[in-house]
Amino acid sequence: MNSPADSVGIVTPQVARFGQPLTLACGRELPEYELVYETYGELNAQRSNAVLICHALSGHHHAAGYHSEEDKRPGWWDECIGPGKPIDTNRFFVVSLNNIGGCHGSTGPSSTNPETGRPWGPDFPPLRARDWVHSQARLADYLGIECWAAVIGGSLGGMQAMRWSLEYPDRLRHCIVIAAAMKLTAQNLAFNEVARQAILSDPDFAEGYYQERDTLPAQGLALARMVGHITYLSDDAMANKFGRDLRSGTLEQGDEGQVEFQVQSYLRYQGSQFSGSFDANTYILMTRALDYFDLAREYDNDPVAAFSHARCSFLVISFTTDWRFSPERSREIVDALIAADRPVTYADIAADEGHDAFLLPIPRYLDVFHAYMKRVGEEP
Amino acid sequence: MRLDLAHIQRWIAPGSRVLDLGCGDGEFLELLRDQRQVRGTGLEIDEEKITAAVGRGLNIVEQNMDEGLANFPDRSFDTVVMAHALQAVHYPDRVLEEMLRIGRECIVTFPNFGHWRCRLYLGTRGRMPVSRFMPYMWYDTPNIHFCTVKDFEALCQHKGIHILARDVVGNTEREPVLASTWPNLFATTAIYHITR
Repeated sequence: MNSPADSVGIVTPQVARFGQPLTLACGRELPEYELVYETYGELNAQRSNAVLICHALSGHHHAAGYHSEEDKRPGWWDECIGPGKPIDTNRFFVVSLNNIGGCHGSTGPSSTNPETGRPWGPDFPPLRARDWVHSQARLADYLGIECWAAVIGGSLGGMQAMRWSLEYPDRLRHCIVIAAAMKLTAQNLAFNEVARQAILSDPDFAEGYYQERDTLPAQGLALARMVGHITYLSDDAMANKFGRDLRSGTLEQGDEGQVEFQVQSYLRYQGSQFSGSFDANTYILMTRALDYFDLAREYDNDPVAAFSHARCSFLVISFTTDWRFSPERSREIVDALIAADRPVTYADIAADEGHDAFLLPIPRYLDVFHAYMKRVGEEP
Repeated sequence: MRLDLAHIQRWIAPGSRVLDLGCGDGEFLELLRDQRQVRGTGLEIDEEKITAAVGRGLNIVEQNMDEGLANFPDRSFDTVVMAHALQAVHYPDRVLEEMLRIGRECIVTFPNFGHWRCRLYLGTRGRMPVSRFMPYMWYDTPNIHFCTVKDFEALCQHKGIHILARDVVGNTEREPVLASTWPNLFATTAIYHITR
């Protein structure tokens, strides 16, 4: 297969090893760890064109391009990363990593605990978004990047980007926050709890030691993903995509045959795909990090006080039908930035696709993103 | 560059903070940034204009001022500008109040409906004026609150708004004297520098 002209083409993940312990927000230490990452584009001589991609709940380092000629699907944000795309690899050096705690190669619950010689499993230290940010800063050191042209993320990735602007205000020039929030609502917390309970109540979860017992909580993980998927799509998107269409059976009176709606089949497929490729302990760890994220908590719960520590410019984007992280959440970010006298650009993109929209090629979204990134690239 | 924008520029101090309500494609903010080192923010709701303004490297917030400006703190800008938008908002008086709360000074420009051509059009034809400058039909126009120079000054007096300066743009290059002498009759665009 030949990759399209606007693709970064074949990419190869790399691994960075860190021997220096990382002190975590929970007080524990990660004695050593590895980060798997990919890069697209070339770092310029001034080392000023690097952008960092922070991934969301189920994301990873493979954001763009293909791993092989046979690879059918490109990376998860291929719509936005590539030559001529909003994050233009002709202009930027793009760094995309798998966060610690992840399950795609970076040190996480399925890695070996050096102290026991067995998988970390549920004993992997709990993480907060700031732990990811600190580990990403070490990756920046490792790559010789003093200051990112931009730190970019959607959803949970946007939370990391905002945390960057407060933890390392001098190490980024632009912060791009897409479909995110300063903290979760009770409704968000509730959905995450259902997802976790689905995993925890699967007998094969074995209290998190499934790896050692050689079982897999596939059913629980699939259920968790199904719940998640419902929240990523809008009512309209589901109606348009599936409506009440049947995949099998009929709705005739008296017909007792099994009926399956298209939407059921879709959710089951998504669930089973996910359970085969994602780690249950990672899912629990990631949803907890999401739950506990509260940008302004340590700033007296005052987002304006929080953002007054930032030095960078901000781009905030929301999507009209996103009810997971609704436009209101983004406007809270924008209002706090305005009150903190930080430069901010905000666009609320009309889209039917709900939270998922941030991954999709919606023309106005790409246009605004592209226009802003042009500015990022042109500023000294 | 539209004439009213060229006039406004001299009232804006170099290096100051400017909020431009209804900033369009950002032409004016770009000028202020490049020539007066202004730190600007623009408000706009037109999708394509937002993209164009973002492309100029400006800070643009998608926000409808008819839904309020409460998210902007008191005195958070040196100057708040609203060029050719007063006639298009739902509550011009409330927007003016908000502008004066947010900015130390404000600049407002609007088309003068008291211009003799408007009067003549309405007087002789008995129909709402349609011209090169106001090309819309009455039922399909963004301009829902037309006013005259006199109307605006009466509102300022009523609200206790202090007029620092008034400037006018005439219909042709020959008209400036007429326009500054009898603005309500000869100004096509009225430009006000106001404060509390």
